[in-house]
Amino acid sequence: MHNREQFREKALKAIDKKAAFGEDIDLRSFEKWAEPENLDICALPEIERELLAMAGIDVTEKERGGTFIQKNTSVAHCSVKQEGIEVIPLKQALERYDWIWDYYWKVVQVDADKYTASAELDLHDGYVIRALPGSKTIYPIQACMFMDRENLQQNVHNIIIAEEDSELHVITGCVTSHRMKRGIHVGISEFFVKKKAKLSFTMIHNWAEEMHVRPRSGAIVEEGGLFLNNYVCMKPVQSIQMYPTTHLMGAGAIARFYSIIVGSPGSVYDVGGRIFLNAPGNRAEIVSRAITNGGTIIARGHLIGKSPEIKAHLECRGLILNGGIMNAIPELEGHIDGVEMSHEAAVGKIAQEEIFYLMARGLNEEDATSTIVRGFLNVDIPGLPPQLKAEIDKAIEESNKDVM
Amino acid sequence: MLLIEDLQVELAGKIILRHIDMEIKPGETHVLFGPNGSGKTSLLMTIMGYPQYRVLAGRIMFKGVDITHLPINERAKLGIGMSFQRPPTIRGLKTRQMVSICAGERKDVDVEALARAVNFYDFLDRDVNDGFSGGEIKRCELLQLMAQDPDLFLFDEPESGVDLENMELIGRTIAKLLGQSITPKSEKSLIQQKRERTKMGLIITHTGHILDYVSATKGQVLFEGVMSCVENPREILRCIREVGYEECVRCIIGNNSEKKH
Repeated sequence: MHNREQFREKALKAIDKKAAFGEDIDLRSFEKWAEPENLDICALPEIERELLAMAGIDVTEKERGGTFIQKNTSVAHCSVKQEGIEVIPLKQALERYDWIWDYYWKVVQVDADKYTASAELDLHDGYVIRALPGSKTIYPIQACMFMDRENLQQNVHNIIIAEEDSELHVITGCVTSHRMKRGIHVGISEFFVKKKAKLSFTMIHNWAEEMHVRPRSGAIVEEGGLFLNNYVCMKPVQSIQMYPTTHLMGAGAIARFYSIIVGSPGSVYDVGGRIFLNAPGNRAEIVSRAITNGGTIIARGHLIGKSPEIKAHLECRGLILNGGIMNAIPELEGHIDGVEMSHEAAVGKIAQEEIFYLMARGLNEEDATSTIVRGFLNVDIPGLPPQLKAEIDKAIEESNKDVM
Repeated sequence: MLLIEDLQVELAGKIILRHIDMEIKPGETHVLFGPNGSGKTSLLMTIMGYPQYRVLAGRIMFKGVDITHLPINERAKLGIGMSFQRPPTIRGLKTRQMVSICAGERKDVDVEALARAVNFYDFLDRDVNDGFSGGEIKRCELLQLMAQDPDLFLFDEPESGVDLENMELIGRTIAKLLGQSITPKSEKSLIQQKRERTKMGLIITHTGHILDYVSATKGQVLFEGVMSCVENPREILRCIREVGYEECVRCIIGNNSEKKH
């Protein structure tokens, strides 16, 4: 086998390495394997299909250019309708294609922590989604990580490549069955946005109350490329910790991160974004909206300006509605003359004045409050296709009922 | 009809309105004058029902209902609408949605057509009041009231921050809202049209410019929380211009203020 042995060796050394942030999880307490089974999403019980729909998965596949589903530890479905787009199970790609080695463990380090190490040592599968040069997706490609085995550790490794001049939209939903309670999901994602390519990646999480989630993501954006990274999590979870890192490498490359989090009681969300601006004309924006109803939310953001003529902005707004902790940690780091970087952070409550204003227009207090909350979570995401915006709105609308 | 009887109001521990009486009959529009800080806005906010304005005594009746202690939204449902001087920004809520909220259950409201009428179509997809100029806020408030269509309109300084060009638009829109635009070729005579007016208005103004577009039945001056008697609004305006608020109140209230000194 190609280079895989070197990764294995590195991983073995990092098997007990704690992550920089987040609760340390004993991975030995989880199962690492489950029976492979095919999954016909249309044949799933209604309650599961609804969970998938809330995570942006279109079970009819009508408005999707391709679908990838992994159930527990194996691929359950992989199909593509759109010309110019490839969707391949990762293990298959590792066996068949040489080019995959240019991407596998290239932006995320295999020995970063025990979770990356475990994802190499007990790799279950994952997907490779590649938009060929010049191709444009009409409908987004959807990927679903589904878990229904109690006490399972799911390890996936995903590689997303937008070749030169291509436009690729991916929506990924992570869902646990309504019967499942405890488990851990480790997801490695490596993104490559080539010259003048545009990639949007929208991730919606819909986990169970005793789930730990440790995504590890990295991205490289070349000259003139655009990387849009959206994250929505409105449901309870035991803990999520992630700090995706993007490297803007070519002139004019742009990255925008948007995250929308509603924190339930007992849940801990440690979610950040880090963007290195390495080339002239780079632009970066990190926008986070978080509401806590008794959960703990740590919203991190880190912008690093290493080239003149870059612009970067970080915006972090939090609302505390029913107790909980909201911790905004914005960081700006300029390394050279000529950078323009700013941030604004605010943690607070719903302004009474806004409630009264809406009441003066006829809404009762409860409706006024939920209208304001919905507005708070309604972030304008430039460049996002209306369809994906609609998926995000749907996820917000669904959980808005629970928030109030 | 709006009937205010011997109203006394406190804000943050301080009495800001004393013994206010007021009566606005269907079809009438009143104008409220007074220097800054005299309590004009407080009176409007009290009528609208903002809870920080605490009613210590007296009562407010609207359409025969005692609304003195009703919440804001129930007053809105009864038909009271207000154009605010400094309304808050609501992030993420589009002006389009706000206008729909104002329309409530009435499905026949054409938001876009209303917006065009106040030259506000381009703002429909912007967050409510986010970065709006003074004049834009006024037009946005009017647009909301057009959709809300209340029976009693409370206007807090509709002219402030408005340029000359927009003043005419705002003046004419307010006249229309109050049912004052006259249709000359209507089957009904002008007198008949006037008699059939039911909309009520209470307008705070400093400059009186609004009187060029809106015919106001009566005017009152509020000075240090005390209301003067009812007069012709043009008369009051002339008096304020010539001798100032204090003298004007003294002269209008006449004997009352003499007794105080």
